[in-house]
Amino acid sequence: MSNDVITLAHGSGGQAMGQLIENLLVKQFDNPYLRRGEDQARIALSSMNSESGTLAMTTDSFVIDPLEFPGGDIGKLAICGTANDLAVGGARPQYLTCSLILEEGLAIARLEKIIQSMAHTARQANIQIVTGDTKVVGRGNADKLFINTTGIGFIDPRTHWGMEQITAGDDIIVTGTLGDHGGAILNQRENLGLGDALQSDCAVLWPLVEPLVHIAGVHTLRDATRGGVNAILHEFAKTSGLGFEVSEVLLPVSDAVRGMCELLGLEPLNLANEGKLIIICKNSATTQVLTQLHNHPLGANATVIGQVQEKPGVRLKGAYGVTRSLELPYFEPLPRIC
Amino acid sequence: MNQAVAIRIQGTIQGVGFRPFIWQLAKRYQLCGDVCNDGSGVLIRAYPIPDLQRFTQDLRMHAPPLSDVQNVGWQFFHWHQPPPNFSIRASCLDGSQTAIAPDAATCPECLAEIFSPTSHRYRYPFTTCTHCGPRFSVIEALPYDRERTTLHEFPLCSDCLSEYHSPDNRRFHAESTACPDCGPKLIWLDHSPHVRHLDPLATALATLQEGKIILLKGLGGFHLVCDATNEQTLATLRQRKQRVSKPFALMVPNHQWLAKLVVPEQLAVAHRLLSSSAAPIGLFRRRIDAPIASLVAPRLDELGLIYPSNPLHHLIAREFNRPLVLTSANQSALAPMLDDEHVWETLGPLVDGMLGHNRKIVTRVDDSLLRLDHQQQAVLLRRSRGYVPQSSLMDEVLMLAAPLLAMGADLKNTFALARNREVILSAHFGDLTSLSVQNQYQQAIEHYLKLYQLHPEHIVIDAHPGYYSHQIGRMLAEQLNAQVVKVYHHHAHVAAAMVEAQVKANQQVVGICLDGLGMGPNGTWWGGECLVADYQSFEHVGGLPAVALPGANLAARQPWRNLLAQWLAFVPNWSERWPNDLADCPVQPLSAAIARQVNSPLASSAGRLFDAVAAYLGCSPRVLDYEGQAAISLEQLAMQVSSLPTSLTMALVPCGDQYYLDMTDFWQQWLSVKGSRAQKAWLFHDALANGFAQLALKVADARRIETIVLCGGVMNNLLLRSRFEYYLKSKRVICARQYPCGDGGLALGQAAIGAAQLQI
Ligand SMILES: [Fe+3]
Ligand SMILES: [Mg+2]
Ligand SMILES: [Zn+2]
Ligand SMILES: [Zn+2]
Repeated sequence: MSNDVITLAHGSGGQAMGQLIENLLVKQFDNPYLRRGEDQARIALSSMNSESGTLAMTTDSFVIDPLEFPGGDIGKLAICGTANDLAVGGARPQYLTCSLILEEGLAIARLEKIIQSMAHTARQANIQIVTGDTKVVGRGNADKLFINTTGIGFIDPRTHWGMEQITAGDDIIVTGTLGDHGGAILNQRENLGLGDALQSDCAVLWPLVEPLVHIAGVHTLRDATRGGVNAILHEFAKTSGLGFEVSEVLLPVSDAVRGMCELLGLEPLNLANEGKLIIICKNSATTQVLTQLHNHPLGANATVIGQVQEKPGVRLKGAYGVTRSLELPYFEPLPRIC
Repeated sequence: MNQAVAIRIQGTIQGVGFRPFIWQLAKRYQLCGDVCNDGSGVLIRAYPIPDLQRFTQDLRMHAPPLSDVQNVGWQFFHWHQPPPNFSIRASCLDGSQTAIAPDAATCPECLAEIFSPTSHRYRYPFTTCTHCGPRFSVIEALPYDRERTTLHEFPLCSDCLSEYHSPDNRRFHAESTACPDCGPKLIWLDHSPHVRHLDPLATALATLQEGKIILLKGLGGFHLVCDATNEQTLATLRQRKQRVSKPFALMVPNHQWLAKLVVPEQLAVAHRLLSSSAAPIGLFRRRIDAPIASLVAPRLDELGLIYPSNPLHHLIAREFNRPLVLTSANQSALAPMLDDEHVWETLGPLVDGMLGHNRKIVTRVDDSLLRLDHQQQAVLLRRSRGYVPQSSLMDEVLMLAAPLLAMGADLKNTFALARNREVILSAHFGDLTSLSVQNQYQQAIEHYLKLYQLHPEHIVIDAHPGYYSHQIGRMLAEQLNAQVVKVYHHHAHVAAAMVEAQVKANQQVVGICLDGLGMGPNGTWWGGECLVADYQSFEHVGGLPAVALPGANLAARQPWRNLLAQWLAFVPNWSERWPNDLADCPVQPLSAAIARQVNSPLASSAGRLFDAVAAYLGCSPRVLDYEGQAAISLEQLAMQVSSLPTSLTMALVPCGDQYYLDMTDFWQQWLSVKGSRAQKAWLFHDALANGFAQLALKVADARRIETIVLCGGVMNNLLLRSRFEYYLKSKRVICARQYPCGDGGLALGQAAIGAAQLQI
C-alpha cells in the first residue's frame, strides 16, 4: 500500500501533505499555538513567566544514524538536544519549532513512533512545539529522517553563567557517568554485540539545572555532547586561557562503557553524552551544587572530576600519578551521533 | 719583533687534561708562550717556532686518553715581547666551537685514593681528576672552567687550589675537583626527619642491608637502589614501582661477581665493555645459577649489568659486596624535576630513604645501554651517559649555514643540535607522554642551546602532528623565529644510519626500516618499509602489507590483537586455529570493530607482526609490561633452536611498481611447519629477513645501488640483524652501532635530512 511509506506527494503541499500534518504532527504535538494553523506561532510576551530576563534561543539539527537506539530515538534526541542547549545557559526551555526532512520511502509507522516519542518527551518537559515545517526529498537525497529544532526560553535574571566567569581553583563537576550515548550508538551501529547495558543517557536536563540557578558561585554549565567532556574542556581552555586538569580515577564511567573503552582503545572523555552536564563552580559552592544534583535521579552520580588551574591546557592525571596533556582526537570517532 | 706561531686545536680537548699536556710538551720543546681554552678550542702561542710537523705529530700521538683531537691549524705572527717561560692562561670567552667531553668513570688513581686510609680523599665520594669524573653533566656554560660548572658553589681549599695550579699534578685544572674540606657533601633523608645522621653513607648502607629501597642521587639524575639478592625486597620494589616484569639493571661490585652472573663465553668481553670510561649498562647472557633474586629479570636470558662508575657507587658497591638493583628514577612520571626537594617530595613515598648531596644536577643524563651482536660486538641501545655529547660529522655537502635543532620522536626521545657539519645527539629522555618528562625535555633543549650558544634557525620535526615533539618543536620555532622542517619518520631512520656510516650526500641507498609505528605520507601508518633514499628525499618501494591496529595504541600493549588482525587479513578459517590459551580474548566484538574500522587504523608495522607471532607461540603475557617485551621473548625463544626442520621462503607480490611481502603465503607455510615453538620462532625471523632482503636486492639491482641500510627499533633484534646480514652478503650493509637504530637515534637522521633539504 502506497500510504505505508512517505512519498514525494507528502511534501507536495497537496492533500497527502495536509493529512500528514493534521493527522500526525498537529495531533501529536497538540497545543493552542499549533492549533491556530497560522504560518507562525504567536506567543504573548506575558506568557514567558519572566519580567526582566533575557531571551535565550538556540537551534540544532539531528541526523543521527540509526533513528532508534537503546535509550531513545531521533525524536527524543531532537527535543533533549535543543532543550539542553537552552538549559545550560540557565534558560527554562519553553517553545520549540520542529522542521522535518523526510526521505522518500520512510515507513510512516516508523515516523509515527518517532513523532510520538518527540511529543512525549516535550510534554514531560513542559515544552511546547509551536510551529514546524515538513519537506520530502527523493530517495538518496537524505537518509530517512533529519530533524531540526529551534528553541527559546528565558534566562532567570539571577544567572550570569558564562565561560568568562571561570577562575583558577574552580571545581569541575560532571553530573553522571560518561560516554553512555556514544557507547550505545557505537555498539548498535557497528554491530559490536556488547550487550544491552549500553544505553543512551538522552534526557532533558532542565530539572537538574533549575535548582542551580540561585546558587552563587556556579560559573558555567555545558552539556557534554559531541566530542564528550574533552571537547568542552578544550573549549573552556581556549576561551579562558586557563588549565583544566581531571583525574582518571575520579571519572564516573559505567562498567559497560568502561569495558567497551578497554576493548576498543577509546577514551570515555571523548565519547558523546546526551544527558550529562559539566559544571564549573567555585570550590566553596561545590557541596551545595552536589547536594542539589544528588536530589534528582539524573544527578545521582554527580561528582567532582578535577580542578581549574592557572597553567593553560587540558590535562589528565592517571592512576599512578602520570599527568599527560589530553589532546583532541584528530578525527571524530563517530560521525552522525546526534 | 719576534716571529711566533699561534696553533689552534679543535676537538674534544677541554676538561680532559689537555692544557697541562701542552704545557709539558712545550717544556720538552723548550718553548716560551702560553696555552688557553677559549670558545673555539685550545689556542697555543709559541716562541720560538718549533718543528711544526714534529710538534703536531707529538701532540696528536700523545694526547690525553679522554681527548679527541679533530683539527690542528696554525698561523704565524709577530710577538713584540714573548714571555720568558711557558704558562697556562685563564680561559677567554667567545663563541664556542669546542666539543664537550662526556662523563668518565673513576680512574684507577682516584680509586686508589678513595680506598687508601692514609689519603686525604679516603672515602670521599666526589673525588675526580683530569682523567675521570663528571664533565658534560656538570657544565653550565662554555668554556669549561670551574666557575661555569655546578662546582662553582664549592670554592677550592688551599690544598685543592695548589693541585689545581700545578701543571705536573693530575688535578691541574681538573675543573670538577674537590676534597672533603671544600667539596660537596652527602645528605641522608628518610621518613624520620628529626633524627640526625652523622654518616649518610653508612646509614644508606645499613638501610640497604636491611633489604630496604633507597633513592640515590647520581650525576644526571636519580636511581632506585636495593639488594638484588633479596627476593622480598624485589617484590616490594616491583609493587611500589607498579612494574610487573620489566627487567632491572644491576650494579655488580667487581669482576668476581661478574663471573657469577655472566656466562663464561661472554665474561671477557663483558668485563672489557663494562670497564670502559663510558661505563654503560651491558646486556649479557646470564648464568642459570646466577645468585640473584628471580624478580630481577623474570623469564629473561639476559641481565643488564653495570660496574660502579663514580666514587659513591664504588664506595657502596665495595662495602655492600653483592649486586644491587640500580634502576633509573628519572623517567618516573612522578619526578617533575631533577632537584632534590621535588624528588624527595614525589618519590619519597616509594623509598625508605635518599642518599643525596648538595651538588645540583643541571641536565638529565641516564645510563647508557648496550648489547652484544652475534659477533660479540657492542651495539648501543640507549646512548646517554659516557657518550653524550660526542658529536658526529655529516658529509661536507651538508654543511649548514646556520644552526639547526632536530626534535626527535616521542618514544625513546633524544634531540639533536647541528652546526656546520657537526651533529650532537642529546641524552636520552624516553617517552614524552608525561608532562613531567616533557618538562625535562624542554629544559634540556634550553640547556644545550645555552651551553653551545646556538640560536637554531631551523627546527626539524617528525611529520606526525600528534607527536609532542612535533608540537613543542613548532612552539619553539615560533619563539625562536626559526623555520620548521617536516621530516618523515622512516626516512629519518634511514638517514640516521647513513650519518653514522658516513654515507656521502650523492649516494642512494635501499633502506629496510622495521619499527613499531610512524607516520608516512598521505595519512599512512608505516612500520615495515623498504625505501630508496638519500639524505634529501625518499621513495617508498614496498614492504609489509597494512593490517588493522585494533584499538590503535592498545595494539602495542596486547599482542593477541595483532594476531587477530593478521589472521583476519591473511588466514582463512583462522578461527579453527585460534590458540587455546587465547580462547577467552574478546575476539568477536574486536573482529566487528576491525571490520567496521572502529579505532582500528591500518598500519604496516613490523613490531606488531612480531607481537602477533609471539602471541601465537604463547611467549608473551596477555598485556605487555614494557615496550618490545613480546619481541624480546620471541627472539629469546628463537635463540634456543639447535636444529631446523625446514626453511621457509617469503614470496613477493608486485603492486604497481612496488613489492609487498605475501603474508597469506607466509602464514600458510609457517602454520603448517611441524616443528617446536623455538624452531617456529627462528623460522619467522629468517623468513622476514629473507623477504625483505629479496625485496631490497631486487630494487638495489634494478637501480644499481650498492648499499643497504637496516634501521628501525626492530633491528635491536640481533638474530634478525644476523639473518639480514646473511641474506645481504653481496651488498654493503649498514646498521647503527654507535647510535640506537630505533627512535633513540632518529634525531640524527632528522638533522641530516634537514641539512640536505636546506641545500636546495
Ligand atoms: Fe621508529
Ligand atoms: Mg547543540
Ligand atoms: Zn681520576
Ligand atoms: Zn679541597
